[in-house]
Amino acid sequence: MLAVIGTIPIKKSPLKSGQVAFEGESLSLAGERIAVNRGTPALLAAALKTTKTLGAPPPFTYLVGDIGLGHGSLLLYEHLADHLPQANFSTLTFHYLQPIVHWHAKILGAIEIMPERPRLIADAGYMYMAKMSGRASAYDLFTPDVGELAFLADEEAPHPFYTRGFILQEENRVPDLIERAYHHNNTAQNLLVKGRCDYLADRDGVVETVDGPNEEAMEAMGGTGDTLTGIASALIETGMPVGRAAIVAAKVNRLAGSFAKPSPATQVIEIIRQIPQALKQVL
Amino acid sequence: MALTNLFRKKSAQKVPEKKRGSGILVFENTSEVIKAENTLKAQGLAVTVMGPPPEVRTGCDLVIEFPLVQELEIRRLLEAVGIPPLQVVPVTSPLLKPVNLFQIKDFGGHLMVRAANMKITVDKATRTIVNISGGGCPDVPYLAYELVGKSLDTAPLPRDLGHTLCGYALQLAYEEIARQCSRL
Repeated sequence: MLAVIGTIPIKKSPLKSGQVAFEGESLSLAGERIAVNRGTPALLAAALKTTKTLGAPPPFTYLVGDIGLGHGSLLLYEHLADHLPQANFSTLTFHYLQPIVHWHAKILGAIEIMPERPRLIADAGYMYMAKMSGRASAYDLFTPDVGELAFLADEEAPHPFYTRGFILQEENRVPDLIERAYHHNNTAQNLLVKGRCDYLADRDGVVETVDGPNEEAMEAMGGTGDTLTGIASALIETGMPVGRAAIVAAKVNRLAGSFAKPSPATQVIEIIRQIPQALKQVL
Repeated sequence: MALTNLFRKKSAQKVPEKKRGSGILVFENTSEVIKAENTLKAQGLAVTVMGPPPEVRTGCDLVIEFPLVQELEIRRLLEAVGIPPLQVVPVTSPLLKPVNLFQIKDFGGHLMVRAANMKITVDKATRTIVNISGGGCPDVPYLAYELVGKSLDTAPLPRDLGHTLCGYALQLAYEEIARQCSRL
């Protein structure tokens, strides 16, 4: 089963876990209705659309409220350290979480004693934490945008905010940045860089690119990277090899975006609606 | 240049894992350090007083180590009690500076500014914030919820609501897009 681990932007929302379902265009988890706009709910909604379309089980999730103070993330880390060793997940996707570096080793330690090692995917704050801890290569897939790739490529930067200026996040330097990130062991076994052109890479370099259809407006939209990670997670859970799942997800996300005919003001739910149609066309 | 890089790399590798997400606050004098420590601990923040690394020696023999990701929250708390730090630097590499490069994209009716990993997009005609994207810390979805749909003239500032370095990057992007829009 796929488990998605992240936060929702509500200060005092307690830790909840369970399988998610749709309630209209919102998510329903343990009796709570969760709005889908960006962040982990957008990732979950995209994963759920994908699993529903493919007839697969819905994702499980651990969600807690956190508005950046880190209290919810800390609670979640404590819970995972206790519960993951007995859990039976085949794919774990970590998302918007406060990077608290010393917790990374504890969570990874808990994963290592799970009955079976799950495939590990990280994006957003948890990806930052994996890089900061020096254990990025333990992951099967990272899904950075170009700015985040520059952070992964900068062996000195502890957060994207401190990425050095000479490592400019320019799209035409993506292959160089990928090489630098792997050279310093600061990325996962597979890397899907999202941008005007999406790049799939591994330690040997760029494997494949996807550049169409191209909707420029998607760059401005919050949540389009979250949907990409959600689709990829759900596809990986079906047993698809990680690299192929990443490429299929990139194509589906782009096509769903194209179907939505977005402007820079479009909200991500409009893309999520299009995922089933895009998935059917790509597969 | 090569020698400098060699020393930097060695220095970063020496930092223990648990300190890799830490930052250092530098103050004018020891009494400010003590006041800052009391202020931050009273808010439940995990801070420690320690000796400064050579790169940031300013005369004061003490600095405060703190969780770097909470830089924005900590700056706000210290400014509120009148002791803004002289310098804030990452433990892993005290010579690093915050991002100061912006990327600007004009979509015609909309303008987007990116600072580090954060992007903000505004409707040029109405000055309404239409999207916020990027980032990875949990205050980003919260800031997006609070800011999207509001005008640059009335929206709360990211620095007043955010807590993390992603929130700080959004503040910089916000200031830049306000500057760009004032020229239109």
